[in-house]
Amino acid sequence: MNGSFAEVSNGMAYRRSRLPLLPFDVFRREALAIVKAGGKVVQFFAYAEDGVDRIMAVLRTDKLLTAGCMAPAAYPSFTLECEQFHLFEREIAEQSGIRPEGHPWLKMVRYHPNYRGKPDVFGNDYQKDIPGNYPYYSVEGEEIHEVAVGPVHAGVIEPGHFRFNCIGERVLHLEIQLGYQHRGIEVLMTQADVKRLPIIVEGIAGDTTVGHGVSMAQAVEALTSIRPDQGAKIIRTIALELERLANHIGDLGALSGDVAFLPPANYFGRIRGDFLNLTLLICGNRFGKGLVRPGGVRFAIDGELSWKLMGRIKELEPQVRHVLDLMLQSPGVLGRFEGCGVVGTDDAEKLGLVGPAGRASGLPYDARRCFPKEYYTHIDLPENRKSTGDVYARAKIRAEEVMQSIKIVKSLLGRMLETKCVDFGNFNLAPSSFVVTVNEAWRGELSHCVLTDAAGGILRYKIKDPSFHNWMGLSMALRDAEISDFPLSNKSFNLSYCGVDL
Amino acid sequence: MIESILLWILVILVSPFYAAVIGKVKAFFGGKKGPPLFIHYYTLIKLFQKGSVYSVSTTFVFRMGPMVSLSAILTALLFMPIAGRMPVLSFNGDVIFILYLLGLGRFFTIAAAMDTASPFEGMGAAREAFFPIFCEAAMFMILLLFVQLTGELRLAAYLTDSQPAGLWYAAGAPMLFAVVSLFIILLAENSRVPVDDPATHLELTMIHEVMVLDHSGPDLGLIELGAFIKLFFFSAFAARLICPVDTGNLLLNIGLFALALLGVYGTTGIVESIMARYRMDFVPRFLLVSFSLAFFAFVITLELAK
Repeated sequence: MNGSFAEVSNGMAYRRSRLPLLPFDVFRREALAIVKAGGKVVQFFAYAEDGVDRIMAVLRTDKLLTAGCMAPAAYPSFTLECEQFHLFEREIAEQSGIRPEGHPWLKMVRYHPNYRGKPDVFGNDYQKDIPGNYPYYSVEGEEIHEVAVGPVHAGVIEPGHFRFNCIGERVLHLEIQLGYQHRGIEVLMTQADVKRLPIIVEGIAGDTTVGHGVSMAQAVEALTSIRPDQGAKIIRTIALELERLANHIGDLGALSGDVAFLPPANYFGRIRGDFLNLTLLICGNRFGKGLVRPGGVRFAIDGELSWKLMGRIKELEPQVRHVLDLMLQSPGVLGRFEGCGVVGTDDAEKLGLVGPAGRASGLPYDARRCFPKEYYTHIDLPENRKSTGDVYARAKIRAEEVMQSIKIVKSLLGRMLETKCVDFGNFNLAPSSFVVTVNEAWRGELSHCVLTDAAGGILRYKIKDPSFHNWMGLSMALRDAEISDFPLSNKSFNLSYCGVDL
Repeated sequence: MIESILLWILVILVSPFYAAVIGKVKAFFGGKKGPPLFIHYYTLIKLFQKGSVYSVSTTFVFRMGPMVSLSAILTALLFMPIAGRMPVLSFNGDVIFILYLLGLGRFFTIAAAMDTASPFEGMGAAREAFFPIFCEAAMFMILLLFVQLTGELRLAAYLTDSQPAGLWYAAGAPMLFAVVSLFIILLAENSRVPVDDPATHLELTMIHEVMVLDHSGPDLGLIELGAFIKLFFFSAFAARLICPVDTGNLLLNIGLFALALLGVYGTTGIVESIMARYRMDFVPRFLLVSFSLAFFAFVITLELAK
């Protein structure tokens, strides 16, 4: 029966008419069967065509599987049987006004009226502000107290509201409410001029500029006849790895700072800047804005620059190794990291955690290895996972990825990097097509999915940031933990607010 | 008497300077330049020039908090012998009075924090009320040791002239314990790493800092000044114990005392640089180490006295 979901390749365009459009009952049964057998949800979204709602799912086992169906006005919730669908179903309910009956946690995701002009599933009046108008889970009892944090935070970070239900210092439950940065990017992508698309996606989440840029470029390339050359692929891979390096190093430093162990915090703060500056050398922007474009990259790396980058990395590598040792071998730091914010493999599996957080909880999935694109097809990545699922495991995974990424960048800089630079262009997208791209951004599996209409316009642009899977993991990590350990757990995940808010 | 009062004023004036030494040491370990040594004076001047903002949900308790805490620590400082000179005030049993003056200051800080009805501040207040219980026990153990050695219940009897040297002669090894124990109390009472992190911006992990989040302007200035003086109070205690020399020359004594203070502040800075902060539930155990050390020091002297 598995044949009813069709296998698709990462970053390949398909005629939509060739993809299975199942009756809803079959769709539900098949999707649940795949996920229950260990499959994961990559995309699960609704779109409207000719005024009719449809639902589309992209699942992954060791391959990518997809199918669509006509959406009923209400349907029995998938979440009741598979927790992974939880946030996806809420998103569908909010965006398209389709109610998942029996959903155990049906609350809004980003607080906006649905796109279809239907009655609101949550019964909200969108003239009112959010904070007082969200049904937070609450625990009652004599010694229970609630702590509300945010949406404005003390540090210079993004807005999000955290509601802790505590008994003394112990957290019984943490509820995370986001949506404060909802900009309507998915809708914007369908309306904006094609030329603007690369610039819009680069603004989805500043720390994942290259990740989003590459995911989008791959989708557009699949839908057009433009193909990046080998040099461009290598440069994109280098940029992705530099992004990973800068972010992981910055977070490791911040983790150290959160336990008041200052030397690594200071050194990593500086080294993060050094890595950002490498991206600056390549494209003139520290976060890689303006580097990746459909069809290739806008800046080449010539021999002289390659030599310079190599020199800097060789200089940084021993420093990074030294500070990592200083940090991860200090008993005080280990005492804080170990056993803090644990997400067990079972929970991680049910929630479908991705990226370093997933790998720290025993799920080895890495899109670079499982669904390689760009130059990753030529890179041999070892499987990397830890089983403890605590802050230490997440820090250790990141530390190991840092050393791996340095190795990858060094090896790539030795290759031929000649490429023909591309610039803005107008693209004619293939009509009535479907493409899904999956990339390993530094937080984990990042996926863009594009559906085009009969005229070659974008019918639906679905973006799924890895944080979409992982925020629930942070909630779980706080169960029964000390509230004072929250900042540490939070930093070890360091999830994106704007990536989820879109 | 005049000299004691002058020293008292001098100490209030230099306490922000010494606190900045810790920052310099930490900056050195972190490979930074760090803020200037006079940073805290700039901060205080800035704060005193500002206006205050009061939440409408607070009462007079909130406004009283900073005043009372500062007065409490200033009064306690009157009993502290500076550089081995006689303190301004001293009477038999004053050590107990001093401990409860500090307690009074803490009570009003906690009351002011609770007055804001902020969940953060309530949490900080709970922590601030809980941890000092252990400090107090340890402090009393140290005092018991001193009473055992000197037979007196006055701070001046332990720290003036060549008295500290006398303590060391009477019980050298137990005194080592007492100094370490006192240093742990110093770290805990002044919200230093590994008990608290004075540099963090994370409300959920703070102890002392979170209680003063709602104070602003001059009130915050008073609180900061109070914190510098409190740190100085404990450091002066420790400095006299580690540098018990009495040269007979006032200026030389003050010089040595100033150096010993630098040692204590410097050590605090080093501890902050090389240690990570403990988990919150580990802190009581850490403080109990301080109590145990003092307790053993006391038991050993009992044995010696026989």
